[in-house]
Amino acid sequence: MINYIWGGFFIIGIIYSFITGNTEGINNEILTSASSSVNMILQILPIMCLWLGIMQIASDSGLIKKLSRKITPLITKLFPNIPPEHEALTLISSNIIMNMLGLGNAATPFGLKAMKSMQNLNKEKDTATRSMITFLVINTASVTIIPTTVISFRIIAGSTNPTDIVLVSIITSFLSCIVGLILDRLFYFLRRKKYATNL
Amino acid sequence: MQLISSLIIPTIVLVVIVHGLINQVNIFDSFLKGVKEGLKMTLDIFPTILAMIISINVLLKSNIIIDLTHVLSPVFKVINIPSDIIPLALMRPISGSSSLIIMNNILMTLGPDSYIGRVASVIQGSTDTTIYIIGLYFSSVGIKKIKYALSVGLLADLSCVIIALIMVSLFF
Repeated sequence: MINYIWGGFFIIGIIYSFITGNTEGINNEILTSASSSVNMILQILPIMCLWLGIMQIASDSGLIKKLSRKITPLITKLFPNIPPEHEALTLISSNIIMNMLGLGNAATPFGLKAMKSMQNLNKEKDTATRSMITFLVINTASVTIIPTTVISFRIIAGSTNPTDIVLVSIITSFLSCIVGLILDRLFYFLRRKKYATNL
Repeated sequence: MQLISSLIIPTIVLVVIVHGLINQVNIFDSFLKGVKEGLKMTLDIFPTILAMIISINVLLKSNIIIDLTHVLSPVFKVINIPSDIIPLALMRPISGSSSLIIMNNILMTLGPDSYIGRVASVIQGSTDTTIYIIGLYFSSVGIKKIKYALSVGLLADLSCVIIALIMVSLFF
């Protein structure tokens, strides 16, 4: 997929610029873009390091585990098809808490383990279960508390208050997560007959 | 509201440090360990950023997105989405690094404290790469029939764009 997206951008961009006669711009762009990526990475680096440092403390002191345990009862309610006390619920909670704290990369292994654990409960191995879809909806709508990368880009763009979007971001991602969960429920009940054989 | 926003990060830092000290963690060592992790992670994403910047910028410089946006804007006007935000809204579910670069372009040209700049920041910060995550997670366990997962994921993304537009205009 990424092959087609990445290659497609080049192909479409270059051909379109040939058609519109904007070849000079494209020529410069290819040469100067590489150096702007170095600037970009230098912008992300300090905030990323700072935040991961703080979060390493939270992880070593057991704070992240504690928070994950706190939300497990709620998670149990959201996944009626997973038996209570099942390990999948703990994995899902950890994944959600880490995503919330902006630890996307650390969250992914837990997410993959959660999928595997849900797959063990699955009767039709090539078909998604209701629980898997609910999990992915929460995961992609991702309630993020600290959008670290966004903040670092706002600093560089010269924002007078780079973190002033934090509260709105939290509210927005929370609301869109709720919308996602409602849609998930809606689609499930509407299509239940069609997939009656599978949980 | 601005006050609450500016309190969130310091509060988290305070809670984490106090909790670490109470639990007798070597907080300084832990912090350094995390910083090293951050260095490694940033270096790991560097090739992706470089690759995506070049290809996105070639696409953007060809003006095809702007021309397409003009064609599509009547459609988005119906649901009240400003045309500046359309490229970001379209790329966000597909590729995290390319939407990040589009957001950066918006911040640089329209300003981080403009309405569109703030909406772009909120969209980038409050939703994830739906198509990528669905692909990665389902393929990791060999699921081929994903049923309604993609429809729900993309509709949630659209709702995020609309909510961001409303919330930013309410709060600022």
